[in-house]
Amino acid sequence: MAILKEPDFGTPKSKAATMVSLEIDGIKVSVPEGTSVMRAARQVGQEVPSLCAADMLDAWGSCRMCLVEIEGARGTPASCTTPVREGMKVKTQTQRLEKIRRGVMELYISDHPLDCLTCAANGDCELQDTAGEVGLRDVRYGFEGEKHFGAGADPKDESNPYFTFDSSKCIVCSRCVRACEEVQGTFALTIQGRGFDSKVSAGIMADDFFGSECVSCGACVQACPTATLREKAVHEHGVPNRSVLTTCAYCGVGCSFKAELQGDQVIRMVPHKDGGANEGHSCVKGRFAWGYATHKDRVTTPMIREKTTDPWKEVSWDEAIHYAAQRFRTIQEKHGKGSIGGITSSRCTNEEVYAVQKLIRAAFGNNNVDTCARVCHSPTGYGLKTTLGTSAGTQDFKSVEQSDVILVIGANPTDGHPVFASRMKKRLREGAKLIVADPRRIDLVRSPHVAASHHLQLRPGTNVALMNALAHVVVTEGLVDEAFVAERCEAREFDRWRTFVAEERNSPEALEEKTGVPADDVRAAARLYATGGNAAIYYGLGVTEHSQGSTMVMAMANLAMATGNIGREGVGINPLRGQNNVQGSCDMGSFPHEFSGYRHVSDDKVRTLFEGDWGVKLSPEPGLRIPNMFAAAVEGSFRGLFVQGEDIAQSDPNTRHVTAALEAMECIVVQDLFLNETAAYAHVFFPGTSFLEKDGTFTNAERRINRVRPVMAEKNGGMAEWDAVCRLARAMGYNMHYDSASDIMDEIARLTPTFKGVSFARLDREGSMQWPVDDAAPNGTPTMHVAGFVRGKGRFMITEYVPTEERTNRSFPLILTTGRILSQYNVGAQTRRTENSRWHEVDRLEIHPFDAEERGIADGDMVSIQSRMGAVTLPAMISERMPQGVVYTTFHHPTSGSNVITTDQSDWATNCPEYKVTAVQVARSNQPSEWQMELENLYETNYRRAAVEPAE
Amino acid sequence: MTNPFLDDALDLVTATENACARHHNDPAALLEILHDLQEEVGHVPQVILPTIAKALNLSRAEVHGVVSFYHDFHETAGGTVRVQVCRAEACQSMGALDLIERICRRHGVTLGETSADGGITIEPVYCLGNCALSPAAMVNGRPVGRVTEERLDRAIREARA
Repeated sequence: MAILKEPDFGTPKSKAATMVSLEIDGIKVSVPEGTSVMRAARQVGQEVPSLCAADMLDAWGSCRMCLVEIEGARGTPASCTTPVREGMKVKTQTQRLEKIRRGVMELYISDHPLDCLTCAANGDCELQDTAGEVGLRDVRYGFEGEKHFGAGADPKDESNPYFTFDSSKCIVCSRCVRACEEVQGTFALTIQGRGFDSKVSAGIMADDFFGSECVSCGACVQACPTATLREKAVHEHGVPNRSVLTTCAYCGVGCSFKAELQGDQVIRMVPHKDGGANEGHSCVKGRFAWGYATHKDRVTTPMIREKTTDPWKEVSWDEAIHYAAQRFRTIQEKHGKGSIGGITSSRCTNEEVYAVQKLIRAAFGNNNVDTCARVCHSPTGYGLKTTLGTSAGTQDFKSVEQSDVILVIGANPTDGHPVFASRMKKRLREGAKLIVADPRRIDLVRSPHVAASHHLQLRPGTNVALMNALAHVVVTEGLVDEAFVAERCEAREFDRWRTFVAEERNSPEALEEKTGVPADDVRAAARLYATGGNAAIYYGLGVTEHSQGSTMVMAMANLAMATGNIGREGVGINPLRGQNNVQGSCDMGSFPHEFSGYRHVSDDKVRTLFEGDWGVKLSPEPGLRIPNMFAAAVEGSFRGLFVQGEDIAQSDPNTRHVTAALEAMECIVVQDLFLNETAAYAHVFFPGTSFLEKDGTFTNAERRINRVRPVMAEKNGGMAEWDAVCRLARAMGYNMHYDSASDIMDEIARLTPTFKGVSFARLDREGSMQWPVDDAAPNGTPTMHVAGFVRGKGRFMITEYVPTEERTNRSFPLILTTGRILSQYNVGAQTRRTENSRWHEVDRLEIHPFDAEERGIADGDMVSIQSRMGAVTLPAMISERMPQGVVYTTFHHPTSGSNVITTDQSDWATNCPEYKVTAVQVARSNQPSEWQMELENLYETNYRRAAVEPAE
Repeated sequence: MTNPFLDDALDLVTATENACARHHNDPAALLEILHDLQEEVGHVPQVILPTIAKALNLSRAEVHGVVSFYHDFHETAGGTVRVQVCRAEACQSMGALDLIERICRRHGVTLGETSADGGITIEPVYCLGNCALSPAAMVNGRPVGRVTEERLDRAIREARA
């Protein structure tokens, strides 16, 4: 489509219920009370000119362009700051207004360069448009005297890798400053000075944009009406001329974007205001870090090789597919049907994931399919299904606007889920209370205008103990919502749970020694959660990636049910999903025991349904989970693996065990954008497609099914990933064929009750939808469990605290825990190939000053981190965010090898690895670890590509 | 007014933290804290803004925005004697501009700056609320009405005494 200009109503929507009627230029209009005259006017198409107004920001009233005349009112009030009144008669255009506006515009332009034709905002400049609208013809004040451009200009600030700041073009409308405050919540910008000297400043005088508190979300660039803040890509290429609506492929927030293009070249990504997940906001990754899609490292031709030490050989798609099929078939003939399997990716679309699990179930003839959710949110699925009846979060993101108490556990939203964090921070600034349970002092604990009421700084691995202590307080202090529990939950199980948590051994005092959290804090936090109004829990991998991950999820569900905090807006239990489509990949039947929609493979009725549709006999036996696949590979019974867009060699715990398993296999097919760490052990490489080339859907953490649309042709020779998978299935003898991704969704909808009403046609017409979309909820379900729980009655589960077997001792006295950072994404395959790396060039080990001093470690020293499994060397960063005894690192760079140290411990129910607790010793070191040196060698052998013959 | 003991950056940080703590690190007390610092330290240098921001849980930008808005918070230490001369309408009509030019020449400073020896700072202000006695000035906080060069000299001498 042509470039999509979203309407801007100038001021935010009023939430009032009462309607007010008024007349604007003779047109009758009825709007909610509290609406501005400007918004009311623009709703009926009367475009009052403005410069400082934007509907994502509160009214400001500084530009003096939006003046109107109101019958009976004195003067010419600004329409943006004037609320509507019953019976008001407004004129938006009169001779007097025209004259005033033109006069004001003259003043603006007297201090603005007239270089429109060569300006980066030419064609996309509100100042230019407004000057046109008000009929500016002459500037009587001339251009002599003091001014901010020409000789008087400050140098351009080009420090940010993605945008420039040129104050000579600035009209000081404050939109950037307000966007940074109101939308992003960072407060990195200000207006410095006053009067004629006023100008935008990032931080103090010594700061430039890069060195300031700016997180590069780009909200200021989006808000700027001139060329003052502008994407470097626009400077370089010009303004885009067409838009494609699509969905971001980074985290589980799943922001909606307008990809703005010239031809098939992306110029910029602009968040879409109609996107339910993000409502027009974005972060540094979604908006700026898409350059990896055209990075030179991308592999676009299929490749094969006999042995992993051979160089890769480029071949045609047909050859690669037949080679893979033949190797898989040979393995199955020799070692049986169950000797191969596959892993689906949470980075790919629902349709691509569905195709892979179908390939495995129908063409491989077994259920050896698992997904990377195994290593992140599998306990969420298990825990929420057991207690509430469905494997998903209970709310939409908008729900946070109604929360009064927010409990964040084991999540770092400002880094991991920044756009949701901004929505949460907005609510916190409005007065909601915050409780943070995290071993590390994350930014939310204290950052400008946000401070947690309680930071429960627990020892890693004691989540369940802390949750039981909170529940103990609720139960013993009479804070249970008895009416809710009696009506909505199973009474016998509740009574059993009540007796269990009320036991003295579960009191905050008894558990204080284990959790390290003062009992008084726990009591106060529990009271706040239970009595502070709408209380919502948001959690991340700090909950799930533990030996008691599933127990912890159930413990949170218990607490929410006991206090009646479920089943309406503002409350609930919300997993912050790590990857764009981790919800979707789980929904699509990626687990070895479940078909799409979480239905067990042993259920004859369900299996018969699939057998009928797919025309093939399916196995009723659950297949292998990822860790079982690795174990079986080492032991010799599992020999072939199809890996869709996931880098298991880097992301899965205990790297040496993983690589031993990969080395033991006879055929590994990797479908990815890059030769990732796993590809070092692969025999066939299927080049994948980036999200900019995909046609399909992603499902975000709020169960929102959102369209992903291609902005360019597939760079891998025109092969959609699902198509390559279908061809592989056909080459293996199973006829699997679709005409389009839309076809696949139709099949998903046909076979999955919760997706019954979903189709591309509907999504294209109506925007996103939140599953379940069925007869009971034809337009989707923003809030779950409203009238009753999906499983009928809520089920309280006993959550006994069992300490992990990973213990500290004299040799390994510290606990290592892991997390993410804003600018990088997971294993970094994408973000490391963008300018985002400038914010995070290496992974560092954060260590408390006391622990560092004891070991003679100074900031920046190289240190070796040794666990029972292995060792790596990283630079140290001394940080008071860490409690004593706990160290922390990110895992964005392959050479950091965090997973060389992590252990084999995993969640008792789902095998989700215990990434968050590893006993380690830290010491100064002057060389890379043995593993890191081996990795260097591996790069030299296993990544070689055969030289291409010259054409002559 | 400048405190010689505060030259050391560490002392500056401590003084700042103390000033914030006296006001319970309350962000609403930012202006009072800045006044205290201007009073104690003699100026509000940029280097202490991050310390204030951290203590009050504000951003660096916010603190800078406030500090730079008010002329009374000085980035660098001023002269021993601070002379503010009004150049608003009433005083201009009574010859303030001419007066300013003469006193600046006489003390060898440009308006808004401090003399090389650090002895005197002459600044413009826009109305001291003393229009009835135009032209008006203020010397180290003491108002002077119907200013002439002689009257101003006397006030400066008194301030130095």
